[in-house]
Amino acid sequence: MNELLHQILSGLATGGIYASLALALVMIYQATHLVNFAQGEMAMFATYIAWALIQVGMPYWVAFAITVVGAFVLGVAVERIIVRPVETAPILAVVIAFIALLVIVNSIAGWIFTYTIKPFPSPFPAEPLFGNRFMSSHEIGSMAITLVVLLLLFVFFRFTPLGLAMRAAAQNPVSSRLVGIRVGWMLALGWGLAAAIGAIAGIMVAPTVFLEPNMMGGILLYAFAGALLGGIDSPGGAVLGGFIVGVLENVVGAYVGSELKLTLALVVIIGVLVVKPSGLFGKVHVVRV
Amino acid sequence: MVALNRRQLAGLALVLVLACALPFFVANYRVFQMTLVLAYAIALLGLNMLTGYNGQISLGHGAFYAIGAYTAAILMDKAGWPYWATVPVAGAICFAAGFLFGLPALRLEGLYLALATFALGVAMPQILKHKAIEHWTGGVQGITIVKPDAPEWTGLSQDRWLYFFCLAWVLVLFVLGWNLLRGRIGRAMVAVRDQPIAAQAMGVNTAMVKSLTFGVSALYTGVAGALAAIAVQFVAPDSFNFLLSITLLTGVVIGGLASISGAFFGAVFIQFVPNVADEISKAAPWAIYGIVLIAFMYAMPTGVAGLVRLARARLARRRAGQAVR
Amino acid sequence: MSQHRTRITRRTAIGAGVAVAALGGRAFAQAAKYGPGASATEIKLGQTMPYSGPASAYGTIGKVEQAYFKMINDNGGINGRKVNLISLDDGYSPPKTVEQVRRLVEQDEVLALYQTLGTPSNSAIHKYVNAKKVPHLLLATGATKWGDPKDYPWTIGFNLTYQSEGQIYAKWLLKNKPNAKIGILYQNDDYGKDVLKGVKDGLGAAGAKMIVKEVTYEVTDPTIDSQILTLQSSGADTFIDITTPKFGAQAVRKAYDSGWKPLHILNNVSASIGSVLVPAGVEKAVGAITVAYYKDQNDPQWKDDPAMLEWRAFMGRYYREGDPKDNSNLYGYLTAQVMTQILKQCGNDLTRENVMRQAANLKNLKLPLLLPGMVINTSPNDYFLFDQAQLQRFTGTQWQLFGELISTDSR
Repeated sequence: MNELLHQILSGLATGGIYASLALALVMIYQATHLVNFAQGEMAMFATYIAWALIQVGMPYWVAFAITVVGAFVLGVAVERIIVRPVETAPILAVVIAFIALLVIVNSIAGWIFTYTIKPFPSPFPAEPLFGNRFMSSHEIGSMAITLVVLLLLFVFFRFTPLGLAMRAAAQNPVSSRLVGIRVGWMLALGWGLAAAIGAIAGIMVAPTVFLEPNMMGGILLYAFAGALLGGIDSPGGAVLGGFIVGVLENVVGAYVGSELKLTLALVVIIGVLVVKPSGLFGKVHVVRV
Repeated sequence: MVALNRRQLAGLALVLVLACALPFFVANYRVFQMTLVLAYAIALLGLNMLTGYNGQISLGHGAFYAIGAYTAAILMDKAGWPYWATVPVAGAICFAAGFLFGLPALRLEGLYLALATFALGVAMPQILKHKAIEHWTGGVQGITIVKPDAPEWTGLSQDRWLYFFCLAWVLVLFVLGWNLLRGRIGRAMVAVRDQPIAAQAMGVNTAMVKSLTFGVSALYTGVAGALAAIAVQFVAPDSFNFLLSITLLTGVVIGGLASISGAFFGAVFIQFVPNVADEISKAAPWAIYGIVLIAFMYAMPTGVAGLVRLARARLARRRAGQAVR
Repeated sequence: MSQHRTRITRRTAIGAGVAVAALGGRAFAQAAKYGPGASATEIKLGQTMPYSGPASAYGTIGKVEQAYFKMINDNGGINGRKVNLISLDDGYSPPKTVEQVRRLVEQDEVLALYQTLGTPSNSAIHKYVNAKKVPHLLLATGATKWGDPKDYPWTIGFNLTYQSEGQIYAKWLLKNKPNAKIGILYQNDDYGKDVLKGVKDGLGAAGAKMIVKEVTYEVTDPTIDSQILTLQSSGADTFIDITTPKFGAQAVRKAYDSGWKPLHILNNVSASIGSVLVPAGVEKAVGAITVAYYKDQNDPQWKDDPAMLEWRAFMGRYYREGDPKDNSNLYGYLTAQVMTQILKQCGNDLTRENVMRQAANLKNLKLPLLLPGMVINTSPNDYFLFDQAQLQRFTGTQWQLFGELISTDSR
C-alpha cells in the first residue's frame, strides 16, 4: 500500500511535467484550433535561452522573466512568419509546417548547444518540504507554478476584455471582425502566450530531466495524451489530464511492466479520440453540414 | 487522369529501358542505393494515396514500413521462407493492419488523425522491442537476413538481381496504382478528400473508401519495407522510429501530392539529399529537411512533379504558339 | 587494381632506394606493400558516427578522433604517411550505416574501418565487413559479440565489454557482500541486457537468491523515478544501475532523495563526474562504485597528470569547440592512440591482412591515459583489448581507486 501511494505521488510529480506542456498545447488550440506538434521543441529552445542567460551570470528570476517575454515575442513571430501563410491552406500544409518547425528547432538547438546534458538550476530549495520522502521541493513547486499559470489563464480569459476578444476570435472570426477585433493579432497573441507557457514548462521540467535537445521528445506524446484526455480545448481539463496520465503511466509501469509506457500513451490517445474526442471536460463540437 | 497517349507511352518505355540499363553502368553499391530509391518510391506512392489523394494525414507510416520489414525478416529468418514469397505476405499483413487502424481512425479528421498516427509512429519502436514478441523479432538486437543470390541463369550480382526484383514490383504496383487512382475508386477517394458530405450524399460509401485507402496505402508501404529489409539485410527497432515517418512525409511533399510520378522524385530526394547534406554540415540533415519542407509547402505545393508538369505545359504552349505562326 | 599496385611499388621502391641512400645504407627490412586505401603518402580509414538523430551526443567522438589525426598529420603522419579519416553520418540508423559503410568499402576503398559507433549500426554491417575481409577495428560499443575471432575474424571491439563490466561487479559483490539483496535497473536495449547478462553470469547460482528485483526503462521515458521507487520497495540494499548519463543522473538523485540510499553500483557509461554526478548532486553520489579503465578528466586527482595535461593541450589546440568536460572526448583520443599504434606496427606492410594481424597482436601496450597498471593485450584467440578493470569509489569530489585489478573470465 505504501508503495502504491509512493508511485501515485511520483506519478503526480511526472504528471505535473505533462500538465504544464499540455497547457501550452491547449493554449494554441484554443486560440487557433490547431495542434502544434512543435510545441515541445519551442519550449526546449526557450529553456536553452534561459540556461544561456544564467550561464552568463544573470540571476534566476531575471533570466526567467526575460525568457518568458522573449518566448512570447518569438511565438508571435512564428505565427506571423510561418503560420500566417498557411492559414487558409489545407490542413496538411499546416501539419507539415509544424513538423518542419519541430525538426528545424531541434537541429538548431543541437547545433548551437551540442547534445551533452546540462544541469539546470531550480529556484526551489534542495531539501524536501517537511523532510518528506515522496516529492522534492522542486516537484511540488513546479506543480504549484503550473496551477498558478492555470489560474492566471482562467482569470485572463474570463475577466479581461483582451481575453474575451481572443475567445471570440477563435470561436467566430467573421463576426469578431465585424465588431472590430483584430483577429490576426489575436491569433498571434495566442501563439505568443502558448510559447510563453511552453517556456515556463521547459524551465520547470529541465531540472528534473536535465537539459538536452531531445528533452521534450518523450514528454510531448504524454502531454498530447493528457491534453486529449482532459479536453483539448479546456485548460483545466488538460492539466487534470496531464496528472492522470502521469499517475497512470507510473502505476502501469510499476505493476504491469515498464516496456509499454509509450504504448499506453498511444492507447490513451486513440481511445480518447475514438470514444470521446472532446475529452473529459472539453466541449463537444457540432459540425454543421 | 486520362489514358496515356502514344507519346506518353513512348516516354515511359524510354524511362523503363534506362532503368533497366543503368545498373550495368554503375558500381554495385550504387545499384544498392538505387534499389532503396525504388523501395522508397513504392512507400511514397502508398502514402501519397492516403494523404495526397484521400486527404488523410499520416504521421506514422513508418510503422507500416516496419511491419512489412519485420514480416519479411521473420519469415526468412525464423520460418525459412524464400525471399520472394515474403513480399506479398508482408503486403497482405500490412493491408490488414492499415485497414484495422483505419477503422477507428474513420472518426478522426485532419489534426486528430495526424495526432493518432503521430502516436503510432512514436510508439512503434518500443512495441517492436517488447518482451512478448522478442522471440520472433529478436528484440533490440534485430534480425540479420541472408542476402538472396541471383538465379544461376542470369549471371547477375546480388545487388543487380535485387534491383530488378524491386523494379518488377515497382512496375506491378505502379500500374495497379495508376489504374486504381484513375478509376471509380480513385475518383471516390478524391471526392471524399475534397467534398466528403457531397460525396456521401451522392452515394459514395465514405467509410469504406477511407478504410480501404488506409489499407491499400499500408500495403504499398509494407511491401516497400519488405523490399528494403531484404536489400539492407538487417532489421532493428531503431531503424523505424518517428524520424522515418517524417522522412516519408517529406518525400511525398517534395515529390508532389496527388501525383504518381512524384513518388520517384521524392524517393530520390530522401535517399540522396542526406548524403549531400552530410558533406555540408554534420548536424544539418534534419534542418535541411525542415527548411526544404517549408519552402516546398509555400513555394511549390505541387512538388517537383508539379514543377515538371508546369514546365511541360509551358513548353507545349510555346510549341503550339510557334506552330500557329 | 594490380596495375595500380605495380605503379606504387615501383615508385616506393625508388623512394626506398633514395631513402636508403639518404640514410646511409640503413636498409628497410621489407618492401612496401599496399592494400586498398593505402599508399606511400596516405592511409585511408573510414567510420560512421551518429552526427544527427537521437544519439548525436556521441558525434563528438568522431570529431575528436578527426582532430587527433590532424595532429598526427601535422607531426609527420605515421611512418611518413598522412592519415585520412573519412567520417560519415549514419544518424544511428542501421540501414544508413549499411549504405555508408558500403560506400566506404566499395567507393572510397578505405584500408580499415575504425570506431564505427553503435551496437545496432555495427550489427547491421557485421556480416558484410567480414565477408568483404575489411578490418573492422576498435568498435565504439561494448557489446560482447565483437570479440569472436572464430566466426568474425575481422572484427575487434574496443570498449571493456558490457558483460565484463557486469561480471566484475558480480565478482566483487560475491567476495565482499555475499548477502546483498540486489535491485537492478537497466536500459531496455542491447547495452542494458548485455551488462545484465554479465552480472548474472558472474553471480552464477547465487544470483537467484541475491537478485530481488529487475526493472527496465526506455530512452523515451522522461524520468525513471517510478522504477527507483519499485526497486526501493522490493527491499533491495544494493542497486546495480545500468543507465546512460541522463538517467544515471536521475537515478543517483532519486535513490538519495527517496531515502533509499542503497550501495549504488553505477555503470561506467554514467560515471562521468562532469556529465552525470555534478548535475545529480555530488553529495548524493558519495559511496557510489563503478568500474574504470581509463582516467576521468574531471577527477581532481589527475589534475597535474602529464598525460592529462597533454590531452588538454591537444583539446585547446585541435578541438577547441569540443567540451573538455565530456568524457567522450577523452575516450576518442584514447582509441585514436591505439589505432595509431596498430598502424605504426604495420610498418610498410599496409595491406588489410597485415592491419588485422597487428590489431590481433598488441602486446603489453601501456597508454598513459589508462589507469595505472592496466595494459592492452590482444592475440589471435583473444580479441578483447581489456580483460581487467578496477573498481573506484566516489568520495564526493573524485573517484578513488580501491582494491586490486579484477580480471574477467577468459572466454
